[in-house]
Formats: sequence, C-alpha cells, structure tokens
Amino acid sequence: MGDLEIRDLNQSFARDDGSRLVVLEHLSLAVQDKEFVCILGSSGCGKTTLLRMIAGLDTAASGSIILDGEEMKGPSPKVGMVFQEYSLFPWRTVIDNIAFGLEMKGVAKEERYRVAGQYLDLVNLSPFRDSYPSELSGGMRQRVAVARALALDPVLLLMDEPFGALDAQTRNMLQQELLEIWEKTKKTVIFITHSVDEAVFLADRIIVMTPRPGRISRIFEIDLPRPRERTNVEFARLRRDVLDLINQHTAIQ
Amino acid sequence: MGRHADTNGKDWRLGVLAVLLAIVIWQFIAAVIIRYPFILPAPTDVLSAFISLLQTGDIFLDIQASLVHFAIGLGLALLVGIPFGIIMGWNRRFESFIDPLIELLRPIPPLAWIPFAIIWFGLTSFSAGFIIFVGSVFPIIINTYSGFRGVPRIFVEAGKMLGCTKDRDLIRYIAFPAALPSVAAGIRIATGVGWMCLVAAELFGVSNYGLGQKLWFFYSLHQMDSVVVYMILLGMIGLAFDMVFRYYIDRHFLKWRTGEVA
Repeated sequence: MGDLEIRDLNQSFARDDGSRLVVLEHLSLAVQDKEFVCILGSSGCGKTTLLRMIAGLDTAASGSIILDGEEMKGPSPKVGMVFQEYSLFPWRTVIDNIAFGLEMKGVAKEERYRVAGQYLDLVNLSPFRDSYPSELSGGMRQRVAVARALALDPVLLLMDEPFGALDAQTRNMLQQELLEIWEKTKKTVIFITHSVDEAVFLADRIIVMTPRPGRISRIFEIDLPRPRERTNVEFARLRRDVLDLINQHTAIQ
Repeated sequence: MGRHADTNGKDWRLGVLAVLLAIVIWQFIAAVIIRYPFILPAPTDVLSAFISLLQTGDIFLDIQASLVHFAIGLGLALLVGIPFGIIMGWNRRFESFIDPLIELLRPIPPLAWIPFAIIWFGLTSFSAGFIIFVGSVFPIIINTYSGFRGVPRIFVEAGKMLGCTKDRDLIRYIAFPAALPSVAAGIRIATGVGWMCLVAAELFGVSNYGLGQKLWFFYSLHQMDSVVVYMILLGMIGLAFDMVFRYYIDRHFLKWRTGEVA
C-alpha cells in the first residue's frame, strides 16, 4: 500500500527583519496508492519544503502527514527519496550504495548483494556494479540513486527534481526508464519538477502550486495513455494549459 | 606520458639527476674549497662515518628508540585527537565549549612543554612521547573536526532516508568516511610535525639511544660527519613514513577519490 494523506499543512520561517515568510498554507492533498503525481511550480513555491516534510527531514509547524493510516514522524524506511543533487556516497561502490539501506537494516551480506543486484539490473547498470560514483555519468548516478531508494522496497518514492541537472536527451531517456520501473514496481511516486514537459510526460496528476504562500492552485488529471508522445496534439494542449497557469502565477508575483 | 614519467607526468630521472648533482657540488665545495670537515664534511666523509656507525650496530638501536618515542606520541595523538575532532565536528555545543581552549593551547610551541614533560614524566620515553604528542595532536584535531564539519548535509539526509538514523551510525557510516580525506591529511601533517619534534624531544637526555639523541651526542664530540649521517637518517625515515602512509591510505581508504577532480 502507499496511500498518502496530507492534512492542513502549514509552515513558515522567521525572516531576518522579524516578519514571517509563509511557505505553505493550509495545504491538503491525498495521493492514492500506485499513483504518479507531479508537483509543479516556480522556484520558491514551497514544493521542496513539502517533499522534505513528507520525507520526515523537516517538521511542519502544524498539520499532519499520514501514510497508510500512520502519522509520519521523521524518516521512515517506507519512504524512499531521490535527491536533486548527487547524493550517492562517493566512498562506496555502486553495489554498496544500493545495498546501504539493507546493510542498515542488518540484512546479511550475501542476501543484501543479491537484492541490490536485482535493483542494479532494474536500472540497467549491472556492468558498473563495482564502479565508484565518480566514474559514472550524471544520468547513471541518478539511476543508481533510484535503485538505492527502491532497494528497501518503500511504498512511497519521493523524487526532488532528480533529472534537473541532466541534458535534454539523457533526461528524456531517464523519464522513459523511470516509467518502466514504476510499471514494474508499482510504487506511489511524488515527483517534483519545474519542467512542464516532464510533468505532462510522467504524471497521472499534476499538482500546480502557487508561490508564497505555497498553496495548491489547480490539479490536472492526465489520462493520456502511456507511452506518451510529446508531439501528440493533446499532449501539446495540456502542456500549454499548465504553462499558462504557471505564467499567470509568475506574472502576479 | 612517457616511460620515465610518474603519475603526475614528472620525469623522475630529472629528480635523480638533481640529487646526484647536489652531491657532486657538495663534494667539490667541501673537499676542494673549504677543506675543513668540521665546518662541512664531504659526502665521502659522511659515507665512511656511516659505514663505521653501521659496524657498531648502534644505528639500529637509535632507530628503534626513536620509533618507540614517535609511536607513543603519535599513537596518543590519534587516540585523543580523532575522538575529540569527531565530537567537536558533530556537536555544536561541544565545539563552542572546547574550541577556545584549543585555540589557546595550540599556539604554544611543543618544545615549550619540555620542562613540564620532564617534571611530569621524568627522563623517560614518555617524556619524549609527550612532546611529540603535543606537536601532532592539534593537526589531527583540527583536520578531523573540519572534515566532520564539512560533511555535505545531503549525505546525512540520504543516510537518514535509508534507515541510518542514530548518531553513532551516522558518524560511523556517513560522516567518518566522508571526512576521511581530511582526517588522513591531518594525520599526515601530524606525522611530519611529530617527527620534527623528535630531535628536540630526545635532546634533553630521555634515553641513551635515539636519532635526535645521537645527533647531539656527536655534535658534542665535534664529529660532524656522524651528525650529517643522523641528519640524513632523520630525513629519510620521515620521507619513508610519508610515502608509506600516502600509499597505504590512498590504496585502501581513498580509492574512491581517484576519479575525482579534487
């Protein structure tokens, strides 16, 4: 299972001048099991803050995050995360990075290498098993990061602009791969991006946020069949609609 | 890169040439211009002094005694410095608490501790070890601490997301390996500083043997050729430490950095 419910989340930070910067305001959202949700918004709209709270890395001022009926307090092995920057441990080989979570869980060496090997296969990087992250390209590193997050078999996978630093070709390729992995593993995915194209390509639902204070502006249901064609007329129309909305927010700012 | 180049692209044959050239010039100045071995013994004088010292076998006892002093000092410095550095780097409150004290003690030259070393430990190997300890503990603390301070937050958060949540585990599995290059650099500096403290630490007669002790002994006998032998030995052993340390650490612990642009 991977049903996520976010209830009335609020967060604000104190500014240097004593005023408060409201980052999230009365944010409520339900994400269904096995759903692929993209959160979209211009920078500073609080989308990363929201994701970090779901991950348990930050605490909300008020509100609650409930995963499969359980309130989340702090990081949990039920939630995997792929970060924006390169977060692989550079002192560990690819296989030892993927096996890290299992090692922390106390899984025996042989078993954790067997499981990690499966996820290595899943991201098509078996030949790089014993390489160090510094020997991999940016795209490969993020694929390892996906495998590492999946190795603990979480019900919810959080992704914070994971492909943001990659070139367009690699990015498109990884989006395709991610969808294949998602089909196979059927996790609930919350994916943050500020690429409208990426969101329309990946998501079941796109959640557009307004900046400061961060609120949900509109939710787009994308029911185009996968694999989606970027040149498709409907695809282009959706992309334009989402982009228009985001441009409005930016103009208001 | 040619056949005679090392990994940095430097041609090692040029280095050997420089050393040979220096020996030839030294020989020329000593034997032809100065011609007074007390002021400057020639390489040939040094070589014959070395051979006769080898025959007595004392050299090995000196090396052994110095290594014991050094091991006491550096061992203690590692034992104290690394945990201190870790706690300082991990805990802001402890850092605020202890940092001023360290900054006050650190500028005191290690050799200024000699009087207390003698009073506290007497004329023993521990006295010499203590001076070496004072010289080498600060680079270890400072580098361990700054290494821990500089652990990227994203590694800690990635660790937490993967079930590594206890402080002890985070230090062991995330922060320590991430800080290791800095810790290793600190130990390397400490090895160099500690070795430099050795001569002075043995100067006040903590033992009958020791490279520094013998250097002073032969100076008092005005046997300057033997003094040069001990100078060269001190240099060579210091160099050997550094090379072995670097080779070992890079091979076994920092292999992952080979592909990185530092």
